[in-house]
Parts: sequence; structure tokens; C-alpha cells
Amino acid sequence: MINYILRRIAYAIPILIGVNIITFVLFFVVNTPDDMARMQLGDKHISEAAITKWKEERGYDKPILWNNNAQAVGKVTETIFFQNSVKLFLFDFGRSDSGRDISYDIGQRMLPSLSITVPGLVFGLLAYITFGLILAFFRGSYIDVSGVILCVAMMSVSGLFYIIGGQFLIGKLLHLVPISGYDTGFNSIKFIVLPVFIGLIGGIGASTRWYRTIFLEEMGKDYVRTAKAKGLSETSVLYKHVLMNGLIPILTGVVVILPSLFMGSLIVESFFAIPGLGSYTIDAISSQDFAIVRSMVFLGSVLYIIGLILTDISYTLVDPRVRLN
Amino acid sequence: MSGVFIGLFLLCSGCEQSEWNNPYPEQDASKRIYYDSFRERPKHLDPVSSYSANEYIFLGQIYEPPLQYHFLKRPYELVPLTATELPKPVYFDSEGQVLPEDVEAEKIDHVKYRISIKSDILFQPHPAFAKAANDEYLYHDLSPDKLENIHALSDFDVVGTREVLAEDYVYQIKRMAHPKIHSPIAGLMGKYIVGLNHLAKELHELDSSEKNYINLNNYDLPGVRVIDKTTFEITLKQKYPQFLYWLSMTFFAPMPWEAEYFYSQDGMEDKNITLDWYPVGTGPFMLAENNPNRRMVLERNPNFRGETYPEEGAEGDRALGLLEDAGKKMPFIDIAIYSLEKESIPSWNKFLQGYYDTSGIASDSFDQAVQFNTGGDAELTPEMQGKGIRLITAVTTSTSYMGFNMADDVIGGDNERARLLRRAISIAVDYEEYISIFANGRGKPSQGPIPPGIFGAVEDKEGINPYVYELKEGRAVRRDIEQAKQLMVQAGYPNGREQATGKPLVLNLDTPAAGPGAKATFDWMRKQFSKLGINLVIRATDYNRFQEKIRKGTAQIYQWGWNADYPDPENFFFLLYGPNGKVEYSGENASNYNNAEFDELFNQMKSMNNSPERLEVINQMVEIVRKDAPWLWGFHPVGFSLHHGWYKNSKPNLMANNTLKYKRVEPMRRAEKRSDWNQPTWWPIALIILIMVAILLPAIISYRRRETESIL
Amino acid sequence: MPVIFITDGLIFLLVFMVLGFVLYARGHEHLRAPWRDVTRRPIAMSAAIILFVYIVFGLFDSLHFHPRLEASDSNEPVYSSEISSVLDVLLGDLRNNTERTYSAPLASYAFSKEMIEQTDGTQIRTYPRLKYGGAHLDDPSSQSNTDIIKRILISFFLGLLVSVSVTGIILLILSKRNNLGFKETMNKCVRNELPVPWYAIFITLCLIITIFTCVICLSQSYHVFGTDKVGQDVLYQSLKSIRTGLVIGTLTTLIMLPFAIMTGLMAGYFRGWIDDVIQYLYTTLNSIPGVLLIAASILLLQVYISNHEADFSSLEQRGDLRLLFLCIILGITSWTGLCRLLRAETLKLREVDYVQAAQAFGVGNLRIMLRHLLPNVMHIVMISIVLDFSGLVLAEAVLSYVGIGVDPSMHSWGNMINSARLEIARDPVVWWSLAAAFIFMFILVLSANLFSDAVRDAFDPRIREN
Repeated sequence: MINYILRRIAYAIPILIGVNIITFVLFFVVNTPDDMARMQLGDKHISEAAITKWKEERGYDKPILWNNNAQAVGKVTETIFFQNSVKLFLFDFGRSDSGRDISYDIGQRMLPSLSITVPGLVFGLLAYITFGLILAFFRGSYIDVSGVILCVAMMSVSGLFYIIGGQFLIGKLLHLVPISGYDTGFNSIKFIVLPVFIGLIGGIGASTRWYRTIFLEEMGKDYVRTAKAKGLSETSVLYKHVLMNGLIPILTGVVVILPSLFMGSLIVESFFAIPGLGSYTIDAISSQDFAIVRSMVFLGSVLYIIGLILTDISYTLVDPRVRLN
Repeated sequence: MSGVFIGLFLLCSGCEQSEWNNPYPEQDASKRIYYDSFRERPKHLDPVSSYSANEYIFLGQIYEPPLQYHFLKRPYELVPLTATELPKPVYFDSEGQVLPEDVEAEKIDHVKYRISIKSDILFQPHPAFAKAANDEYLYHDLSPDKLENIHALSDFDVVGTREVLAEDYVYQIKRMAHPKIHSPIAGLMGKYIVGLNHLAKELHELDSSEKNYINLNNYDLPGVRVIDKTTFEITLKQKYPQFLYWLSMTFFAPMPWEAEYFYSQDGMEDKNITLDWYPVGTGPFMLAENNPNRRMVLERNPNFRGETYPEEGAEGDRALGLLEDAGKKMPFIDIAIYSLEKESIPSWNKFLQGYYDTSGIASDSFDQAVQFNTGGDAELTPEMQGKGIRLITAVTTSTSYMGFNMADDVIGGDNERARLLRRAISIAVDYEEYISIFANGRGKPSQGPIPPGIFGAVEDKEGINPYVYELKEGRAVRRDIEQAKQLMVQAGYPNGREQATGKPLVLNLDTPAAGPGAKATFDWMRKQFSKLGINLVIRATDYNRFQEKIRKGTAQIYQWGWNADYPDPENFFFLLYGPNGKVEYSGENASNYNNAEFDELFNQMKSMNNSPERLEVINQMVEIVRKDAPWLWGFHPVGFSLHHGWYKNSKPNLMANNTLKYKRVEPMRRAEKRSDWNQPTWWPIALIILIMVAILLPAIISYRRRETESIL
Repeated sequence: MPVIFITDGLIFLLVFMVLGFVLYARGHEHLRAPWRDVTRRPIAMSAAIILFVYIVFGLFDSLHFHPRLEASDSNEPVYSSEISSVLDVLLGDLRNNTERTYSAPLASYAFSKEMIEQTDGTQIRTYPRLKYGGAHLDDPSSQSNTDIIKRILISFFLGLLVSVSVTGIILLILSKRNNLGFKETMNKCVRNELPVPWYAIFITLCLIITIFTCVICLSQSYHVFGTDKVGQDVLYQSLKSIRTGLVIGTLTTLIMLPFAIMTGLMAGYFRGWIDDVIQYLYTTLNSIPGVLLIAASILLLQVYISNHEADFSSLEQRGDLRLLFLCIILGITSWTGLCRLLRAETLKLREVDYVQAAQAFGVGNLRIMLRHLLPNVMHIVMISIVLDFSGLVLAEAVLSYVGIGVDPSMHSWGNMINSARLEIARDPVVWWSLAAAFIFMFILVLSANLFSDAVRDAFDPRIREN
């Protein structure tokens, strides 16, 4: 097991290098260091000298990928790419182009992101499983049919409508929660209720339908029929067998997204002014702060790879037949 | 599920709140707190590198330059802030002889300003000044382990202060030349202040290890000298009457060397504790919480010397109640909380709910807030009036224009064809309609480059641009589109098609605009050009690309704006000054307009004092640019802002940025209104739960029946 | 003078491919069977008809040309530099009848008050009449309601008449083909005894035809969905947005398909280092957050366009290139899912007897992949095409909202929502742009979802066996 994990981690390194190269190339084809300097220094009265100074200070005066003027190894190392990438692998994100320490900011913004995504996941799972079970339980009845139709209908609505509508209705008309914002500690609850709720409604269609299929599949299996034939009541069959066995594919499916919860949600965070990592990323894109973009991409890919590894491990835990090799 | 949420709500209501949607803690309701929002996080809070409005919101309250604009008087008038009086320029010739005040600009060799500051000013409490019993600085020798538990400035236990000296002002001016600080005006000031460029060069050549902290007191700047404890003197290379305006900006606020030394210690930067994030000022407020991701909090500075509210104002100010606090000691509020609010809708709604004290009006909420009365003046809708909200309007000292690139072959150039084409377009693009659709009438169509309220702007009938407008029954009316079509014929483009080939004329508009409203403006713009048969292609790009095009001169028509640095026509005319050309000299003249006659007049006008002669020169200049039409003059936006009834002493002042100290709020009235406006409505939620139960119930009943049946 | 955009070309390529596939499938029972299964489902058939209507709009909007200008002095024909589509011509006045600014659906007066100069020179502030909406009425405040109801009633009966006759014609053809009497066919149809659920098709057709006649009738003198901020007809915008939605939904899959199939099959069939490389490729691409990749690519395109300004002389061309680029980049981020599925399936299939036998006989690798493996994974491909469609249409809206979607000058539902989100803060609310985008998008995505469900049920062997 440990062996396997170590191997997977070693395997992750070329992937991270690849990710790094892609982001790097994409970004620098689009933005010259000059552009970045102008963006950071502002509009009015900017001289060429100031731009050169800015680039020098942040090491953007070097060639991008290949330095012809340097000696031997220096041809590779004396470049923007090399200088910036090495530190990343040591999780030293350095400072953003506007001068703030990125690791510090990430640490600060992680909690708000998690306070939206974790309740979103927990309550979401609870709700979807409950609804899925109800639909499966009343299969074929008017509840099942109308429930499935409702699910398809809700799937067909763009998530933007849920956000716009929710803010308008709950925040503006009913005065139930603050429209947007965030606070620390206990006070944050009233701010996260609405985004969590809207996220939940947005995902309800697809997930409920999917879970219903899983439960139906489970109900069709022989052991369930046997259990029923033995005279167990339908409710206890539902809880003891169908729910427990149906949870396996559901939970292993959840494991892969666990690490990415840290990254927050881009749209929800920017709509509700939540100072998390999602809005951090969006801001960085719009202000073209390359250092942040690169760090976030790197962090995102690391978390994604951890998710993959966790999924593999969780498979072995629930199903002894699967061996890691 | 709903049960879970109700549970959450109940948990939340443990805080005993009357309004559930109150974004602030309940216990703050009775405090004298001012609530506002900011849209964009400030990039710099260092007074020598900050140069944008969203940073001045905070910096203006913290740092105090020698001068300020009078809060109430119009036209804008400079008054002393920390200086004892307005400094007077003294002119010298090359031999050091004093020249009379009215001497011609060419004869002046250098100018001296002697500034004496008040003696009772203290810096805000700050750890950089903290001293131990033995008179040594407590925090000037920080080792990494001492810094271990420090995460923010507030983690330093001891604070200190000291009196402001003239050398602090000198120190700050020297910082413009600091190699690690990017002062946006270093280049501009280098042209005027004696020795500044030289100092910058000297400092630039230092080793990078030495640059981390430079004791600027050891370097000499010949143009800025300390005379005595409270007096310093600035020497300029030439006459520059606009210099006084610069003295009212935070670039010239005092900066203690202790602060810079303190922040430059190892390890501070890694914790984001820098001068760029934690200002050290003398003003009425100090930055208590700096979290640009969420909110910025200003608190009253206990060391503030106490300034009094102005006792005289402009005409009518007394009637408006703006002089009620005259002579009282400022500031009137204890805390100011600015929350980050990127989307305009939530912030507008929160204003209506009483959670912000003041708000601008987004174009789309306009009809809700404002209507025009029979006289055509804006007034609040009854709904807003019922809420006790007040409206304040002011024409801004800025201009939003559409420029023609004069270096372009088709649209630009100093020939009659292009000039006629430009003029035809000027008539066709109906800015009156633009203002009414996109700005809800919040704009004044420009008649030239100078916005109203600035010296040189001619109001009413005499000031109209005769190339675009004509007088009809005493009112300025946009010339008829037929006249524009006639101009097109004269220019050789009948019906928007080239006379020779019959091909339709295609023009390109470059714009960095994006976002929700952009598409509508694009469509409108194309509609305007199509009136003349011209096909307008919108080339929308990101801001970087747009700037690059302007720099390279590849744009054809572009949209841009300019916000005045100071209330002087020079600040607008220099946007059209030839040697300021973007392509050739990377200046601010984005149209690359170059007219020798205009340039000569500009140089003449620049160093004149406001006088009838200057007005004469300005009128000539305006006539030249109107005729050449390098810009489509566009409009001057009118700022509308709304205030709740509990918010006092608000008068728009577009030049001053330190106005927070004048403001007063009435927290009790605010708390009352808030609870009136924000009673939670529960029944829809209850209804939804009921409906869900009603749907499920029959199924459960039938299931129960099935269960019992099978047992039987 | 016709113009062919790159996406136009690809759309028609796609149409020909589908037609070719249909012709090919007619001769092959194993291909026909699942599709026949789809045609037996009433919901799927209704959805298919709605999708077909959308597609017709999209296709008409994909035929572009430079309109000819009125004669000039020279003899050669002169063409406008603007580009129109056949749909623009069909919609006729809808495009040109623009008001000054907002007006509500079916309104005759503007949405907000304006200063109006009266004949006697005095000015009053009131709601001005619209230029086109209700222009035929003398006194709209009293007449417009009756006028609208009259029009709806007339067009409703007209629509019923047309749909009854269409139904009759189809029934006539059916009875001829099945050698049954007309009445018998009708009875069977009502009792749903025919193999294809014609009753569902007829109901859908009736609904569509009636709604169409109503909308056409009303749009002659009203703005059915109101007008937007600059006075453009919202109905026109919604109809023009159809093409954008369809292009994103279909071309993205078309572009990524060959690549996904090739890599998926190769990885599963060859295994070893090829598998490693392909796995590496898709894990790397997958681990970059999609939004960042799209944002960077859109910026990249802008750089390209601004460096080659001369090649993109018209707004439409710029918009089209951006649309294509968006499809490509969405394809790049979405091919990995299909590739992984195909790889897993191929890994299983290559162990099956007939593949092993073919290998033993020395059949070439390429041939095995094309003849034996590809047909057996086609159901996965088919399912993923239809499933992806609705997701992509929805994604367009979100991307436009973030500012990295289609060109802001292009008609798209995402752009409509984006502009409208400021409008709902108005009071009274300007809801119609949002509502129109919602309705058009909802109907398309809903029918696509319903249709794809049927396709999945029909193609997925696991479900079919049940």
C-alpha cells in the first residue's frame, strides 16, 4: 500500500511539470512581462524606466525559456520559467506581482472557501440521498414520475438562474439573509446559508436522478429480493441493504472531489462576495497576476492528483477484490 | 432538508437579532460607525506610489499633505491643511535675484516655495515609534524568533508616536526617487524639482543589498531642503503654477524614517507587513484592519490634533444644513467600515436595506431611485423620498470621449477630407441619446475638452461647439443628420461609400469594454455610424491589448476617458499637446494630435495665472481643436450619489479625497430605520414546506396501507 | 455574395455526416435497431421534433451572405460589408424594427417616462409611444388589449386549422402505407397501437404550429418579448442565439471526437508506453482547472486577432473565430472523459475471443481497431455525444458570464443573461430578456435531456438487457 502511494506520488511529478509548462506557455504567449508591469503600475504617467525597474525587481527581465547569454547550465536556469518553477515544487509560492505573500493569502482564503464547499457537500449528499431514496422507494408511483420529471427540468436550468433568482427572492424580497458578504467565526453562518442552499438546489436535478438509478439497480439485485422474500419489511430492506450498498459507489465518487473542495467555487464566490480561493483565482485572472494564477493552477493539480490517489485507496477499502498494483 | 435549514436559522437567531439580513454584528448598531463599500481592492497604500481613486478612499483619511481643498467652497479653493498658510512662489533669475510676481515665464530661472507646517502634529500610534525605558527603539532590531508570533501589525504590543518635523516631508519627497518604490509621478516631478532625477540615478546605482533600506536622510536633494524644525523649501526648475495642486495630494504627506526602517527589517515582507499595506499617517483616521479581500476598517486616530469644521461655505450651504457643525472638532465618526462589494446589484440592495450609508446609482437601478421633474431636474422617486434618502448631483471634472487616431490614413491626418469625415461623425454620434440610454441622463454633452467648473469652460450659449451644435430658439441643438450626410458628400463619401469605387466605408472602433453592458453600447455605436452608411467594426479586446494598440498607433477610433488630477485646464489640454504624443513620445496624447499652433498656445497657457488673458488663449485653443475634431468630445459624467437621512454633511467634492472627517452619522436613527425595512418574511418558506408535505402525504398513507395489508 | 464561415462549413459537414450515417444505417439492422427503439418512445419523439425545429432555425442562420447594395454609378454590383443570414431575411422586419430603449412585451408605450415636447411647445414627462410596437392603433391604452386578444384568438384558430390539416395529411400517408382505412389508422393512433407513437408527435406539432402562428401574428405589430436596452427586439435576439447554442453543443463534440476515439482505442489496444503517454496527457490536461485553461486560450485568441487585424475585417468574422476557438478549447477540456471510457472498454474488448482470433490470424492492428473494436464502442460514443450536448449549451451561459465565452457582440443566451442580470435590479423589474433567454434555453436543454435519456436507454447494453 505505502509502496503504491509512493509510486503514485513519483508519477505525479511529471504531471505537475507538464501542468506547469502548459500554464507558463499559455500565459506568456498572452502576456509579455511589459504588460504585467503596466497592469501593476497603473495607467497614468508611466515611463519605460519604471517598467524596466519593475521587471528587474521581480526577475521578469530574464528570457522566458532559454537564455542564450548565460553559461552552460545557466542557459536553462537563468530563465523566468526555471526560476519560478523550482520554488513551486517546494510549495513556496513566493509573492504575487502586486507584492503580497501568496501562501499567506491562500491560508487566509482557504477557510471561507471550505465554509461554503464542505456544508454544500454534506447537506447536498444528505438531501440527494434522501430524495433519491424516496424516489426509488415509491418507484413507479406518481411521486417517482413527477420527481424524475422535476429533476430533468431542474437540470435544464442554467445555474446562473438559481443564483440570480435566489439572491433576488430570499435576500431582497424576503429579507431572510444578507444578500452577500462574509464574516469570520460564528457570524459567518448567516452569510453561508444562501450560497450553500443555492448550490444544493443547483445540483439537485442531476444528483438525485443519478442516485435514484443507483438505488434502483441495487433494489433489482437478487439478495434484496431474497431479503424481501424472507419477509423483511420494505423499510428495513431499504435502510439495511439498499442504502448501505448503494452508498459505496456514491461515496467513492465523492472521494475524488474531496481535495478540490479547497479550491472553492468560482461563480458562487464572486456572486456572494466570499473572500475564498475561487474569487482569488478570478481576480488574479482579471488583474493578470501571473504569480497567483500559476500557484492556483499548481495547487489545483496537486489536489486533483491527491483526489485520484484517494479514490484508488477507497476502492480497496470498500471492495477487497480490488488490489492496488 | 428544510428542517436542517430552519435549525440553522434558529442557531443563528441565538444571536438575538432583530434583522436577520444584517451583515454586521448587532452590538455595532449603536456605535458611530460609517458603512461604505469599495469595489476594487487597493493595490498600494504607500502614499508615494498610490495614484488611484480606490486607494485614495483610505489614504486620504490617513495621510495629510500640506494643503487641501476647501470642503464647501466652489470653485475649488486650496487651503492649508498641515501648512500654516498657502505657500507663495518666489521667482529667481539665473543670478539668484528675486523677480517680481508678474514677470514673464521665460525670464524665470527657478522658483522657490517655502512651506512652514503647524507644530502640534503627531503621528498615529505605531510600533515603529515604540521606545523602551532606555530610549531605544523597541522594534528596530527584530530577529526571526521575535517575529514568530507576529502576523499582523496589531500583534505588536507597544506603540509610540512622535511629533511631525519638516524633515519628514523632505524624506517623503526623496522617496519618489527610491529605486524600490515605483512612484508614478517621479518622472513628472523630476522635470520640475531640482536634483530629483539625479538622486534617482544615484540611488539606482546602489547594490541590490543596499536597496532594501536606504536612509534617505544621508542623501542630499538640492531642490528640497529643511530650513528649520517646521519649515522646508522646494525649488522648481521653472514656473509651474499647478504645483500647489500637487501639494494637496498624498505624494507630499510626511513620512517618518522610523516607519520605513521598521518595515524593511527581515521577515516583515514575508508576513505582508509592509508600508504598502500598513500606513503611518497623521490624519484623523488610521487603518485598523487591512483585509482587502473582505473589508477595510478605519478608526479614529487618538493622536489627531483636532481640526475644526469649516465656518464658511458656498452660497446656499447654510440652507442645506451643511454648516450646522461649523467650528466643531472633527472627526465626527469613530469607525469607518468599507466592505468589498464587486457586484453592483448586491451593494445597491444593501444600501436600500440601510446597510450602507451612501451609494452611487448604477445605471440600471436609476429609474427606481430618480425621476426627472417637470423642469427637467433630477429628483428622487416618492419611494426613495419616503425612505428619507437624499440625492446629490455634481458634474464631474472628467471627460469620457471617443478619440480619432490622427496618425491613421482614413480617419486621421491634417487634410480637409478627413476633417470633414470626423466632423460628420461628430454630428452623427448622438451623445444626448447615449447619455439618456446608458447614463440615464447623468451627463453633460461636451463642447470641448474642458469640463464645466474648471477655469476656461464657457457655459451656456457662448460655449457651444458650432461644428456639432447650432442655436435654435436659444437652445443648443445637435445639427441635423442631413448636414452630416452633406459633410460626407463633401468629404467624398456619399451615403458612406467611397466615391471612386462605390465600396462602403468600414471603420474600426477599439475598446477595452467588456462585461454585461458592453454589448448594448456596441450595438448602439454601430447604429450611430450606420446613419451615415458607415460600417463600424467593434474590436473589443482586453485592456492590455487595447493599450498596446494605442501605444503603437494601430487603433483607428477608440474610447477613453480622463479624470482630472487637479482643477486646471492644463490638465486637459496636455492630452492634445503634440510633444505628448503616444506613439512618438509615449505621452498621454492618445490621438497623436499634432498642431503647431495649438502646441505653441499650450506652452503659453501652461505657465499663466488664471486671468482674462489666459482665458483668451484658452478660447483660441478650444477653437483650434473643435475645428480639427481629433476627439468626438463625448460627455462629462454627472455624479449622482444617494445618502440616507442619518448621514450628514455630504457635499460632493471631486477634488478633495479627505472628506470622511467632515461626515456625521446618527446611529440611533439608522438602527430604527433598519429594523423597519428588514422584517423577515417567513410564510413563503412555510408554504413550500407545507406543499412538499402535502405531496408526500398520500404516498406515505398508501404505503402504510400496503404494509398493514400485507401483514393481514 | 455568399460567405462561408468556418463554423458554417463545419455545421454543414456535420449535417452531411449525419445524413450519410442515416443512409448507411438503413442497410444495417444492428444499427437500425436501437434507433427504432428510440422512435417508439413518445417523449423522445416529441423532444426530437422540438430539437428539429431548433436545428432548422440554426441551419437557416448558418447561410451567410453579403447583401447587395442598391446600384451605384459603376456597373459592377456592390456588396455591403455587413453580413446577414437567411434567417435575418426570413425574420424580416424583426431585425430592423428597433425602438429607442426598453419596452415591455406587447407594449405600445415605452417602459420609462421621457420628456416629450407637445404640439403647443410645452414639455411633459410621460410614457412615449413606441415607433413600431402597437403603431397601428390610434389609442393603445384602450385598444391594445382587445387588439392583442383578437389577434391571439384569430391566430389560435388559424393554427388549429393548419395543424389539423397537417395531421390529416400525415394520417392519410400513414394509412396509404399501411394499407389501412383512414378511420382505422386514426383509431389506432389514438389508442397508441401503431409502432411509432404518432399521437405524441401530433400533439407536439399542434402545439408548435399554434404557438408559431400566434407569435408570427403578434410580432407583425408588437414586440412579443419586448425590447432591450438599445431597443432591439428580444425575440429576434433569442432566435439568433439558437445557432450559437447549437454550434457550441455540437461542434465541440465533433472536433474532439476523432481525437478522443483515436487515443482511447490506442491506449486500450496497445497498452504499454502508448497507454502511459496517453494517460499522462489526459491526467495533465484534466488536472488544470478548466476555467483557467479557457480564460488563457481566449486571451490567446485576442492576441492573435489583434496581431492579424487585417484578416478580420468584419465583426461577424471575429465573433465566428472566437466561437470556433471556444468549441476547440471546450473540446480539449472535455475529450478526456470520453477517452477514458473508451480506453477502459477497449481494455476489456481486446481480451474477447474474436479480437484474439483476429490477432492470431495476423490481421493488422489498424484493421482490428476499425473493424472490430470501433463498432463495439460506438454506443459509448453515441451516448456521450447526446449527453454532452445539454451540458455544453449550459456551459456557454456560465462562460459568457465570467467574460470568457463567445464574443460580446454575438447573439447568445449567455450574453443575454449577462446583460439582463443588471436589469432585474431595476424597479419595476425588466424581466423579459432574462425570461426569453430562460425559456429558449430551457426548452432546448430539456428536449435534449429527454432525447438523450431515450438514446442512452436504447443504446446502453446494460439497460437494454433489463
